[in-house]
Amino acid sequence: MPDKKIRVLVAKPGLDGHDRGAKVIARCFRDAGFEVIYTGCHQTPEQIASAAIQEDVDVVGLSCLSGAHKYLFPQVVKLLQEQGAGDIAVIGGGIIPDKDMQPLYDAGLKAIFTPGAPLDSLVAWVNENIHPRA
Amino acid sequence: MFTEDVLNQSSSLRKKWEDEVKKVVAKSADQKPEWTTVSDLPIKRIYGPEDIKDMDFEKDIAYPGQYPYLRGNQPTGYRGKYWTFRMFSGMGSAAETNERWHYLLKTGQTGLSTAFDFPTLMGYDSDSPKAKGECGKCGVAIDTIDDFQTLVKGIPLDKITTSMTINPPATAIWAMYLASAEIQGVPINKVGGTIQNDMLKEFIAQKTLMCPPDASVKLISDTVEFGTKFVPRWNTISISGYHIREAGATAVQELAFTLRDGMEYVEDVIRRKGLDVDEFAPRLSFFFNAHIDFFEEIAKMRAARRIWAKAMKERYKAKDPRSLWMRFHTQTAGCSLTAQQPYNNVIRTAVEALAGVLGGTQSLHTNSLDEVLCLPSDHAVQIALRTQQIIAEETGVANTIDPLAGSYFIEALTNEMEEKAWEYIHKIDDMGGMVKAIENGFPQLEISDASYRYQKQIDAGEKIMIGINKYITDEEVEIPLIEIDDSVETEQIARLHEVKRKRDNRHVTECLKDLAQACKKGENVMPFCIEAVKAYSTVQEICDVYREVYGEYRDPGIY
Amino acid sequence: MAELGKRAMEGDIRAASRLIRNMEDNLPGTEAEIKDIFPFTGKAHVIGITGSPGAGKSTLTDEMAAAYRKKDKTVGVMAVDPTSPFTGGALLGDRIRMQRHAEDTGVFVRSLATRGAMGGLSKAVGDGIHVLDAMGKDVIIVETVGVGQQEVEIINHAHTVLVVLVPGMGDEVQALKAGLMEIADIFVINKADRDGASKLYQETLNMLQMGKWDDGWIPPIVTVENVADPISFAQSVSDLTDKIDEHYQFLVKSNILAVRKHRKATAEINESLRATILEPILNELTANGELETMIQKIMKRELDPYSLAELVAKKYMAS
Repeated sequence: MPDKKIRVLVAKPGLDGHDRGAKVIARCFRDAGFEVIYTGCHQTPEQIASAAIQEDVDVVGLSCLSGAHKYLFPQVVKLLQEQGAGDIAVIGGGIIPDKDMQPLYDAGLKAIFTPGAPLDSLVAWVNENIHPRA
Repeated sequence: MFTEDVLNQSSSLRKKWEDEVKKVVAKSADQKPEWTTVSDLPIKRIYGPEDIKDMDFEKDIAYPGQYPYLRGNQPTGYRGKYWTFRMFSGMGSAAETNERWHYLLKTGQTGLSTAFDFPTLMGYDSDSPKAKGECGKCGVAIDTIDDFQTLVKGIPLDKITTSMTINPPATAIWAMYLASAEIQGVPINKVGGTIQNDMLKEFIAQKTLMCPPDASVKLISDTVEFGTKFVPRWNTISISGYHIREAGATAVQELAFTLRDGMEYVEDVIRRKGLDVDEFAPRLSFFFNAHIDFFEEIAKMRAARRIWAKAMKERYKAKDPRSLWMRFHTQTAGCSLTAQQPYNNVIRTAVEALAGVLGGTQSLHTNSLDEVLCLPSDHAVQIALRTQQIIAEETGVANTIDPLAGSYFIEALTNEMEEKAWEYIHKIDDMGGMVKAIENGFPQLEISDASYRYQKQIDAGEKIMIGINKYITDEEVEIPLIEIDDSVETEQIARLHEVKRKRDNRHVTECLKDLAQACKKGENVMPFCIEAVKAYSTVQEICDVYREVYGEYRDPGIY
Repeated sequence: MAELGKRAMEGDIRAASRLIRNMEDNLPGTEAEIKDIFPFTGKAHVIGITGSPGAGKSTLTDEMAAAYRKKDKTVGVMAVDPTSPFTGGALLGDRIRMQRHAEDTGVFVRSLATRGAMGGLSKAVGDGIHVLDAMGKDVIIVETVGVGQQEVEIINHAHTVLVVLVPGMGDEVQALKAGLMEIADIFVINKADRDGASKLYQETLNMLQMGKWDDGWIPPIVTVENVADPISFAQSVSDLTDKIDEHYQFLVKSNILAVRKHRKATAEINESLRATILEPILNELTANGELETMIQKIMKRELDPYSLAELVAKKYMAS
C-alpha cells in the first residue's frame, strides 16, 4: 500500500553556528511524523540544494541568525530551480527584519517564521501546504 | 549553623505555618501545582534554618577574600571599583567600529569588547566563497593587521583593556593586537585584555569550529604559556558558559560544563607545558550568562566561585589565592529577549543585570533592546549602558558586598546548584574528561534535550515569555534598524586585495612555512604568529596552516 | 514522471532520488521502472556496514566515501535510521556526517527510514541499490543500525559485510556472535584508542577461532583509531578500504562472488515475491474485511490458520 511520508531537510546556511532553533525544529518535525534530514551547521547554498535533491525532500527549512539571509535564502531557491527542483518548497526562519520579508517572498521563499513562532504553527503550515507528489 | 534551640523553635513555628498553608490551599488552590525556575529546578514555598543547617560558616561561607570565596574575591567589593561596563560591539568595517569605540568611551564605558563578523570568527578571509553575504554583518571584518591597526586607531592600548570574542583564530587575532601595540610603542607586557579563546564550549554549543578538540586545546595552551611568560596582564582565556546557556542549557548545565571545561584547560597546560598551576591560573577568567530567573542566576554565580576555589585547591593543589579566584564577565541573556514588544527587553535586561551584580560579576555587558532584531542602534546601546550605570550609582545595591548571603533560600539554592554541578563534573571525569565527553556527544545531547523540553514548555504555556505566549498584542512597534550595507563587503575585499598586492609575498610564504613547522614540532605557535601577521598574512592564511597540519573538524551534529 | 529509471541512468540526480522515493513509498507502477534498469545493474561492489548505535558507522562511511573518491571510484551511500514507533517520524542523522560530499557529483547519499513494514525496508534498500548501480556508482555502501532481523536481511544485499564494534559496549560481542558472526567479512574495531580495545580485540579473535571458515576467507579484524584526528583517521580508513578491496578480489578469484550474488538474488526474489504476490493479497483482504473475519475465526477456534491460508491460496492461485 502506498505510504507517502513528508520529507523535510532542515539546514543551516552560512557561518553562524547557532543551531538551537534548527535542532528544536528537526525534533519537532520528527514528532509530527515527518522524515527529517538535518545538514548541520555551516552549509553552503550549493550543499543544501544538492542534499535536498539527493534526499528528494518536499520542503527545505533554512535557519540563519547571522543577517546573511538576504543572500543565502534566495540563493538556495535559485539553485534548486536551476537544477529542476523548483517544486521543493523553501521556508526560512531566524532573525529576519520585517522589511526583508517581502524581498524574500519575492525571491521564492514560501514561508518565513521569526523568533517566537510556536512549533505547532510550523507543523500546521507544512501539513496544510505540503502534499508529497499530490 | 544554628543552635539546637533555634532549630527547635523553627521546627515548631514551621509546623504552625504549614498547617495554616494547608487550610488556605484547601479553600483556594495555588495558581499552579509546581513552581520551578526557568531551568526547571523545583522551588519550595519557603526556606528556613533547617534548609541550611548543615552548612559550616567558616568552611562554606566566610567573608569576601576568604576561602572558599563564595562571597567574592576582593575584600572591598564594589566600593573600590564597580564592575567594568563592557559593551560588546563591532560592525561593518574596522573604521566604523573604531568610530563606535570612541563614542562608547566618551559615554562612560570603561572597557572595550569586540564582536567580529562570522568569516573572521571562523578563520576565513572576506573574499572566501564561504564568506559571501556575511562580511561585517554581525561584527567587524578583520583580514590583516592593516584592518586591525585601523580598529585600534587612537585607542591607548596601555590604558584601555580590550576583550576580544574570538575563538578558532584567537592566536592570529591576539598576535595582531600585540603587534599593533608594539607599533604604537606599547611594550606587550603593558597591554591588558581578554581573548575568549575557549574552544571546548564551541564544540559543545556554539559550533565555531576549525580543528579537532585536542589540537584546539593545544593552541589554547600555547596562548596561556605565552601570556604567562610575556603578556602578564592578559587573560588568555575566557571560559564561557554564556553560549552553552544560549544553546538551551539549564543553569546547572551551564555551571557544570563551564567549570569542567576550565578544569580541562588547567590539566592540559600542566601536562603539556609543564607550568606550575600558580604560574597561570590567576589569569584564567570566566564568562557567564545572566538569565531571567533572578535567584537561580545569583546562586549559580556564587556556587561557581566556591566550586572553582575548591577544585583549584583540592584537585590541582594551587596555593596562590589568586589561583582560587573565579573572576568572571557576565552578559545578560540574548535568548530571553523577544522580538515581540521589544521595549520589554529593557526590563528583562535590567533584572538580569541586577542578578549579575548581586552575583558579584567583575564586568558586565547588557543587551540592547533591539539585539534580537539586528545590530544594536546607538540609542539602544545607550539605554543598555545606562541600565548598568543606574544599577551602580542609583539603586544602592553596590553599597554592600554579597547582600543576599545568609538568606535561607539563596544559600540553600547555592548549595543545590553546587551539588548538582558536581554530579555532572564527576560524570564527565568518569568519561575521561571533557574532550572525551564531547567526543561521546554527552554535553551536546544534554543541552539539546533541555532546549527541546523548554520549547515544549513554552508552547504548552507551562513557562511564560511575555509577548510570545502571554499578553500577546498585535501592535506594530517601529524599531529603527541598523543595517550593514553590502558595500562593506566589496570595499573590504578591495582593501584585502590591495594589502595582498603590496606585501612581500615571499616573506609571507616563509612565515607561514615556519608556522607550519612549529605546529608539526609541537612548539608554541605564538612567536610565529606574530611574525606572520607583521608580514601581513591574513587570518585565513594562518588558519589554513592549522587546518592543513591538524585537520579540519566537522560537527558530528548530535541532537 | 515517466522513465525515471532511464533518466537516472543518464545522470539525472532528481530522477534517481525520486525513483528511490517511489520505491520506498511503494507507489504503484514503480516495479516497471526497476524492470527497465535491471539489465544495467550488477556491476557495483556493494558494501554493507552494521553495528550498534554509537559505533561511529556514519563517520566511518563518510571517510570510506572520501577514501574511494581518492581511488577515483564513484560512491553511492544508503543510510538507514529507525522510524519512531510513536510518531512515525524519523530523524535521519547520518547525512550530517557526510555533507562534505554534497557538492561532489561522484557521491550520492540517500537517507532511509525503517518505517517498520514487514520486509519493506530490505526491498527498498535492494531497489535503491539497483538505482545506484544503474547510475554507474562503482561502490555502494549500505549503512544500517543494529543487529535485528531487518538488518540481517538488508545485509544479504551486500557483497562485503563490515561489522563495526566499539570498546565499552559490554556484552555486545556476545550479542553479535548470535546475530552477525556468519555474515561478517571484516570486523572493524572503531575508536580503538579507547579503553577496552585490546580486550575487545581478543574477544573478537577468540570468537573467530571458534568459527568455521570453509570458503578460505577468515574475517580480519581491522582497528581504526583517532576518530578525533582527521588526518590519521583518514589514513586508517584508507587502509580499511584496501582490506575491503582485498576481500572483493578474493571473492572474484575464488568464485565466491557467485555465492554472494546467489545470496543477493535469493533475497531479491524473496522480496519481490512477497511484494507482488503476498502484499496485494493482504491489502485486498484487509480492505474488504476478510482478513479480520479470518482472524476472528482463528480466535474462536472455528478454523486453523493453515486451512485458512489454503483457502486463500486456492482463491488467488487458481487464476
